Amino acid sequence: MQPVARFEIHYTQFLDEHGRAVQAPPEFAADTAHVTDLYRWMVLMRTFDAKAIALQRTGQLGTYAPILGQEAIQVGIGSAMKSDDVFVPTYREIGAMFMRGVAMHDILLYWGGDERGSDYTNARGDFPICVTIGAQTTHAAGAAYALKLRRAPGAVVCTIGDGATSKGDFYEGLNAAGTWRLPLVFVISNNQWAISVPRSAQSAAQTLAQKAIAAGMTCEQVDGNDLFAVRHAIDRALTTARSGGGPSLIEAITYRLSDHTTADDASRYRSADELAQAWKREPIQRVRTWLMAQGAWDKQREEALTRECNERVQAAVQTYIDTPAPPPGAMFEHLYASLPPALEPQRADLDACTSAPESAPGGGAEQV
Amino acid sequence: MAQLTLIEAINRALATEMARDESVVTLGQDIGVNGGVFRATLGLTERFGAERVIDTPLAEAMIAGMAIGMAVQGLRPVAEIQFSGFAYVTIDQILNHAGRMRYRTRGRLACPMVLRTPCAAGIHAPEHHSESPEAMFAHIPGIRVVYPSSPARAYGLLLAAIRDPDPVVFLEPTRLYRLFKEEMEDDGTALPLDTCFTLRDGTDVTLVTWGAMVHETLEAADVLAEQGYAAEVIDVATLKPYDVDTILASVARTGHCVVVSEAPRTAGFASEIAAAVSEQGLLTLMAPVQRVTGYDTVVPLARLEKHYIPSVDRIVTAALNTIQYT
Repeated sequence: MQPVARFEIHYTQFLDEHGRAVQAPPEFAADTAHVTDLYRWMVLMRTFDAKAIALQRTGQLGTYAPILGQEAIQVGIGSAMKSDDVFVPTYREIGAMFMRGVAMHDILLYWGGDERGSDYTNARGDFPICVTIGAQTTHAAGAAYALKLRRAPGAVVCTIGDGATSKGDFYEGLNAAGTWRLPLVFVISNNQWAISVPRSAQSAAQTLAQKAIAAGMTCEQVDGNDLFAVRHAIDRALTTARSGGGPSLIEAITYRLSDHTTADDASRYRSADELAQAWKREPIQRVRTWLMAQGAWDKQREEALTRECNERVQAAVQTYIDTPAPPPGAMFEHLYASLPPALEPQRADLDACTSAPESAPGGGAEQV
Repeated sequence: MAQLTLIEAINRALATEMARDESVVTLGQDIGVNGGVFRATLGLTERFGAERVIDTPLAEAMIAGMAIGMAVQGLRPVAEIQFSGFAYVTIDQILNHAGRMRYRTRGRLACPMVLRTPCAAGIHAPEHHSESPEAMFAHIPGIRVVYPSSPARAYGLLLAAIRDPDPVVFLEPTRLYRLFKEEMEDDGTALPLDTCFTLRDGTDVTLVTWGAMVHETLEAADVLAEQGYAAEVIDVATLKPYDVDTILASVARTGHCVVVSEAPRTAGFASEIAAAVSEQGLLTLMAPVQRVTGYDTVVPLARLEKHYIPSVDRIVTAALNTIQYT
């Protein structure tokens, strides 16, 4: 017997959990002003996340999927993508969406139960959040095929969770990307938990990255809590994709520090000790430590940033709260390009049943 | 003018629209070099190239999902699912994504795609090749379901489906693919969607049907005519959203209604029409609405399929029962 295929999966880390460079940081990190900007995004995302949970706990938001602990992946994606690129996200990638130009109040509207939250303020060509797990990988392949056919300059970035890598759709999307060498970058946010199912019970594969090898695709693993590693890998993958070099997959190793959603209680299935250990590897502290070591950050700037983030998030919350619910008839709008006559009687029936205006969106949000 | 079979008409519509609009692409299994297992895409690769006539890996959910991604990105994909039984795995994509892309983004994005699949029994095909899935698709909000029954209508309705700004599931009756030819013009003229076609005027009974069963129903109308009864035959053609007004207007004239469908009886599309006629046309009815449908069984393999497909006799009997109801 002769071996006919061999593979290796490479893992990259620049900043360890203590904020120490374990190897020379990537080129972009030499621009500390830029890294400071990325750090500010991470803090803004965490501020938003905490506020969204608080809104849900006080009955002002529906079920919400937190991003706590996954900010480095969000910023890595958001900062590496350009306006010509197309983002095809899951529901735990809102930080990257903010950097694409989706407004914070858009996301609050969405989780607050208002479809207008997916009518993004900017990033008008990006796909809406995909809730059915893994289906978006095939949409990403279709979008990337369209870009390639039109010789368009951009590429597609598609995010997937660790659980989604067990789905058939995931393999079908990867296979398509490899078959046509599409301008497409898959990023697996491997946060170790698919609601209550741990990574160890999800797949016997040693890495999730290696699943891309079966599709003939370049793949690697990075420390997903290391901003430098994530950004560097996505930069490289996007450059390849945009220049016709084909698709790639990046498995970013992170940890879901929150519950799956606000309707979940992770203490039912994972230990406090595991969570405490994971907190030591969270992504924001190490960037702050590194910036301080560069002399680019201090306590005073941190305090100012905290105030600024709180104000920005509060302003978004206010916009959300001040947005009245759409009229009931909105459920018949945008169903088709124009409402078919066959649906007019149903719309008239609804109109007859509803005359009083609805309450503000926060008040009526239901928990799922 | 040309004499074309239904499958040739599909082929002409695809070619005509791909020539007219370069954003139209076709994708599916074996649709390229092979021209499709039924030859619907014959000659398209030679004419439009492999980039626009896309032979895909064997993955139906991917075909539907990619069509969604392409459509959102501004292409007009026409996806082929090789056989009806393999279309069921696309329901997730059609229901959860294609049908609500426009709705959930408040019109920011749209999904102008067509998902074509051959369906219905009668050609002695293997298992899973003879399904009648129209009711399952018709239950999905935000999409159109179109099911032509003649070469000319297949041509005009497919053009309309490709040009439509919303997703369309386009069902093609395999047993009519080569059953007869029709004189038609390949001039790029689309037919209206969401509209019934009254194929035959009559005063005694309204026979409502669509797709593959139109042929048997027209034969039944001939038999009824020999017995002195004039049957009006309506081809629903677009099942979602459907044109109930034409059906109600006809029933108001005839007072009798028989709905003919090959699909299983329970929760079928025939039940929808029977319910609508009962709700809105009760006082014009002289007799209960009758349904002539396939049975609530698995569609049998070749040796028994002719006993499953509603026969001309069953349609005639139902029509006579309703006409002579006392």
